[in-house]
Amino acid sequence: MSDEFDDLKRAFDSAMPAPDAAKRAANLALAQENFAALQGSPSAPRPISDAPKMGGFGKGLRTMFDALSSKAGLTATTALAAFGLVMVLPVLQYGPPDVFTQEPAVMIEAPIMEQAEDFAVGAIAQDAVPAPAPRMMSKQANRTRVAPTAGLVADAPMIMPEANTEAFASAPENSLKVTSETPVSTFSVDVDTASYAIVRASLMNGQFPQKAAVRIEEMVNYFPYDYAAPESGAFATSLAMMQTPWNENTQLLRIALQGEMPEIEARPPLNLVFLIDTSGSMNQPNKLPLLKQSLRLMLGQLRAQDQVAIVAYAGSAGQVLEPTAASERDVILGALDRLAAGGGTNGQAGLRQAYALADQMQEEGDVSRVLLATDGDFNVGLSNPDTLKDYIAEKRDSGTFLSVLGFGRGNLDDATMQALAQNGNGQASYIDSLPEAQKVLVDQLTGVLFPIASDVKVQVEFNPATVAEYRLIGYETRALAREDFNNDKVDAGDIGAGHQVTALYEVTPVGNETQVDALRHNAETSDGPNDELGFFKLRYKAPGQAESQLIEKAIPTTLAPDRELEFAAAISGFGELLRGSERLGVWSYSDAVSMATASRGEDTFGYRAEAIRLMRLAASLSE
Amino acid sequence: MRMNTGDTELAMAAAGGDAKAFAILLERSYDRLFGLCFRLMGSRAEAEDLCQDICAALPTKLARFEGGSQFSTWLYRVAVNAAHDRRRRAVTRAKASQGWGDWEVNRTEVNKEQADAQDWLMQAIGTLPDDLRDTVALVMDEMNHREAGAVLGVSEGTVSWRMSEVKKHLKAIKESEQ
Repeated sequence: MSDEFDDLKRAFDSAMPAPDAAKRAANLALAQENFAALQGSPSAPRPISDAPKMGGFGKGLRTMFDALSSKAGLTATTALAAFGLVMVLPVLQYGPPDVFTQEPAVMIEAPIMEQAEDFAVGAIAQDAVPAPAPRMMSKQANRTRVAPTAGLVADAPMIMPEANTEAFASAPENSLKVTSETPVSTFSVDVDTASYAIVRASLMNGQFPQKAAVRIEEMVNYFPYDYAAPESGAFATSLAMMQTPWNENTQLLRIALQGEMPEIEARPPLNLVFLIDTSGSMNQPNKLPLLKQSLRLMLGQLRAQDQVAIVAYAGSAGQVLEPTAASERDVILGALDRLAAGGGTNGQAGLRQAYALADQMQEEGDVSRVLLATDGDFNVGLSNPDTLKDYIAEKRDSGTFLSVLGFGRGNLDDATMQALAQNGNGQASYIDSLPEAQKVLVDQLTGVLFPIASDVKVQVEFNPATVAEYRLIGYETRALAREDFNNDKVDAGDIGAGHQVTALYEVTPVGNETQVDALRHNAETSDGPNDELGFFKLRYKAPGQAESQLIEKAIPTTLAPDRELEFAAAISGFGELLRGSERLGVWSYSDAVSMATASRGEDTFGYRAEAIRLMRLAASLSE
Repeated sequence: MRMNTGDTELAMAAAGGDAKAFAILLERSYDRLFGLCFRLMGSRAEAEDLCQDICAALPTKLARFEGGSQFSTWLYRVAVNAAHDRRRRAVTRAKASQGWGDWEVNRTEVNKEQADAQDWLMQAIGTLPDDLRDTVALVMDEMNHREAGAVLGVSEGTVSWRMSEVKKHLKAIKESEQ
């Protein structure tokens, strides 16, 4: 039987080239190099820095050039379009937040080709075949190496829905510290929650997040906790301790801060400049359309005396809406609706224009903020990333702050977002669904927009008489040097109205089995007080002040557990599992589920219930 | 499967960190892998690039190889998935380049013409939907329908059905050419 298939097969067989010898050798060498790298250090170093490197800036540009020169890419487009599926997406509802809404339904144009591909892949993914790690596939130079950070290698058993050029800020896990050697632990607070949203989006997509994307402190800090409000001053501290669920020899110590909630009625007028990325890459259902919906939600929270302006940036930056009173809803909504995606990105020109507008709107006593909404692609027309950072820092000092809202997956440049928000004294949030927009922009609007303290640093000095070893869970990208604590010039995280910060330490009391043997020649025992675990210090600056204030408090050994700590512990364990930590022994996702369920509490907004669902999902995926 | 049973054992050893086993395994498998890549992508350059992708990622993936299936089946699965990723990226890149004005429109036209001039292989394989495209590549690689099904995670019957679809498509292409 000779048919077209046989013709094709013959054609292929006769056209089959021998593999290029040089290329073959290079590929084999590459594989072996990566093999060796993998054996050597599965989790390896990335510079510990408060501000992640801005490595992402050039990347998008390269992608763009690839696009322009990829003939094969264009052929594939035409070919696939012919077999595309037309998706009908559900229409958005304004009802109570269904946190599991995946497709932000506002979408009009279904990404036909990609959907078709996803289905094709789905069939294969059923077999739980690990898809090739997308990051490793990026056409970086001629050779792709295994980056030494374990997390960069996606080991998700599924496929990313988009070309993946995501970059995550991460750092090696905090190591165990022996109290007699390093009694002092210093870090900057972090109220970002982007990591949790990324974890959620990945799990909801049926895949594990990249390990580097899991930042445990951001997961823990995602949830509202029931901490007592400060009676006086900007902060109240809340301490608690419990048995570590996954290690009988250690205790979990919680140090939490609760920021004061200034009277909302009396808040100063707000000047908001939305700086909106309308580059071609935003043209996806979970990007620009979701962004429009999100800002629409937020508008409802503003008052008549607040002002809104919109700047769009794509190939060229442009003012879309001049400063307008928030009461003119129709005008603002109309301007939002006119936004359309297309063109490259010029983040820098856009920023300049947004700041110029903010300056123009600024009046005595106002709070001004630029809200940058982007998928993190600042690629075209940017010559020097450091200039951009410096520029943002300079504007921060002049009183206009910057918050970053991240949208979409694929080329979300997490590291860049973090760096921009940290330099601009703002918060980086990742918005993957309308409920998340509601949480960030409606429920927590006050916190996002009104800082109550800046450069908030925490230092804990452990008492070697009571604590043998300790480990700070998370905050890897927020570590500070011990001497930075008292140096007011060193920038640190900021806290908005009503914000909470939760930090967990895993401590090994003296007398329990330790992981590190005591040194034979360091027998010097401490004469610290036996009823103190350590001493807690907090430094912060009131808004607009240059000099910091200090809060100090002894940490007694007699702390009781509480429900909030239990929930935080469950989330922290969940994060460690996602990071592939070996510290947890037999403690599993199902343990996390039962612990979180038991400590769920009132959970007014359903955030905790959602976390439990994610844990269960992770449990199923891991089987 | 033509790969001898030793491959799966080598793969297990390599998964456990044995560099020598990994080197031998790769040396042995490379040419065959390249052949499949060529059939999946339809051009030499694309096949070389796909091979590079796979080689770069293989150590990490292999660390999770548990011997549940034959190494060759497993490797083909990895290759098919990698091909999907490549095609997807190509699509996204092409989309990202949309909206660049007339200059880009002209460029795209030129590219299209060049693509049209490419040989029958690229065309035939390029117009197939992904699942058919993978199936055809595997079957051309002397796999029987059951083996191809094992790689793709579908039943033997599905592979047979897909092959009949492939033949229909190819026939249609041929007729439209004449």
